Amino acid sequence: MAYSDKVIDHYQNPKNVGTLDKSSKNVGTGLVGAPECGDVMRLQIEVDETGVIKDAKFKTFGCGSAIASSSLATEWLKGKTVDQAISIDNMDIVEELNLPPVKIHCSVLAEDAIKAAINDYRVKNGLEAIKFEESVVH
Amino acid sequence: MLKLPVYLDNNATTACDPRVVDAMLPYFTENFGNAASRNHPFGWSAEEAVDYAREQIAALIGADAKEIIFTSGATEGDNLAIKGVFEMYASKGNHIITATTEHKAVLDTCKHIEKSGGEVTYLQVKEDGLIDLNELEGAIKDTTILIAIMYANNEIGVIQPMREISIIARKHGVLLFSDAVQAVGKIPVNVNKDGIDLMAFTAHKMYGPKGIGALYVRRKNPRVKVTAQMDGGGHERGMRSGTLNVPGIVGFGKAAELARLEMDEDAKRLSVLRDKLQSELMSIEETYVNGNEDHRLPHVTNISFKHVEGEGLLMGFNKNIALSSGSACTSASLEPSYVLKALGLGDDLAHSSLRFGLGRFTTEEQIDYTIEQVRNTVLKLREMSPLWEMYKEGIDLNSIEWAHH
Repeated sequence: MAYSDKVIDHYQNPKNVGTLDKSSKNVGTGLVGAPECGDVMRLQIEVDETGVIKDAKFKTFGCGSAIASSSLATEWLKGKTVDQAISIDNMDIVEELNLPPVKIHCSVLAEDAIKAAINDYRVKNGLEAIKFEESVVH
Repeated sequence: MLKLPVYLDNNATTACDPRVVDAMLPYFTENFGNAASRNHPFGWSAEEAVDYAREQIAALIGADAKEIIFTSGATEGDNLAIKGVFEMYASKGNHIITATTEHKAVLDTCKHIEKSGGEVTYLQVKEDGLIDLNELEGAIKDTTILIAIMYANNEIGVIQPMREISIIARKHGVLLFSDAVQAVGKIPVNVNKDGIDLMAFTAHKMYGPKGIGALYVRRKNPRVKVTAQMDGGGHERGMRSGTLNVPGIVGFGKAAELARLEMDEDAKRLSVLRDKLQSELMSIEETYVNGNEDHRLPHVTNISFKHVEGEGLLMGFNKNIALSSGSACTSASLEPSYVLKALGLGDDLAHSSLRFGLGRFTTEEQIDYTIEQVRNTVLKLREMSPLWEMYKEGIDLNSIEWAHH
């Protein structure tokens, strides 16, 4: 199976690899996946006082598509408000990266990581965690 | 001079040796006859070529030429041996013993046998990939007709103790079949010394062409027969009908001859390169060799790079280095290697494995390049791996409640 140029580009030059201070109140962390499944994503957002995501970082254990999905997600997150970020859909990632059906789960994982990071941020700041519907594709 | 891309997937298939191709070419054009045509020179020269190749192949495994049954490859050989014995010896019993690390061509054939009223025992292997001989003997019962154990494993290269297995099989009057695809032409295999009654192997794993293989079927002590799985003209002593693939057989014969003459030297050279590759890669921390290292093919090593996912790792260099991984993502099933899991490896380590299969055309420059590329990619991906970060912070990964999906 050949990878799309965009996946290869994100794999070779991943954007926003790194770690934010997870104990900070402004930082939300989402850790999803499992080593046994071959994918673990950790996605972090740093939110400013106006509710805008001013930084996002990731670290991913997984295949090239998983790395590319999380790299792309961090790019999309930066500059968005938390409310806007909630609406990022895994199918947008699939489309942007041209993921084949067997790699759709990588995009689902990225979407789950975004939601988990947002909820972590919300709970830290005294807000209720949003209940998301179970993603369908796994 | 470094030649790219580097091919280190020789357990999957090997390049056809140019000397093999040269031997084959006349049998596509001038000598295109059907080996079964008895009444003209085209048939005679084809038959002569087939007879000669049969001798070359028999010599490689210490067999008699009459004991070589040509097939399309080892998958067919596996099917013919197991189904053929099951049907031929139905009056003696219906029980077959095999192991969980066998190739799918054996395992799926055994599943078929179970659906056809047979009984199959799947032996677990030890942590190093070897079967337990006591367990094997303990599994034999009155109805056991066949033991099917591979000579050497395709993923980890571990060599089973065929001679000891054959002693047990003989003692209990049970036939021994071996899928020897990875071993024949790479290490000395002798059906008489090893006590093997049926053995499947194929040309394309030993620098011959694809689409041609052989099933060795013992003719004396004991005389073994298998029920044909395909009806037709009764070729190959009635065990495998179908017009013989003469160019393929000629190439197979030449490949067998070259292997017989060059095996020792190839093995010596490749084991030095393999050892260099392995020891250099093992100097990276949290890296593990999978399978027994003493009973192993000289050109194979299988290594897990903890906290890095195999397919992601391959992507770092797969434009220039051809390798395969036990990672789920490289297979359609999304399940990691069942062979590595049978050794007791956790899914995480199975996902993190690479299989290196060196071959006749592998050079030292290519091994040096591979060491550098793999090392750089492992280090780069670990910087990107949340598991590596946690490991470095002393967090026990087993203490985390992972969201299994």
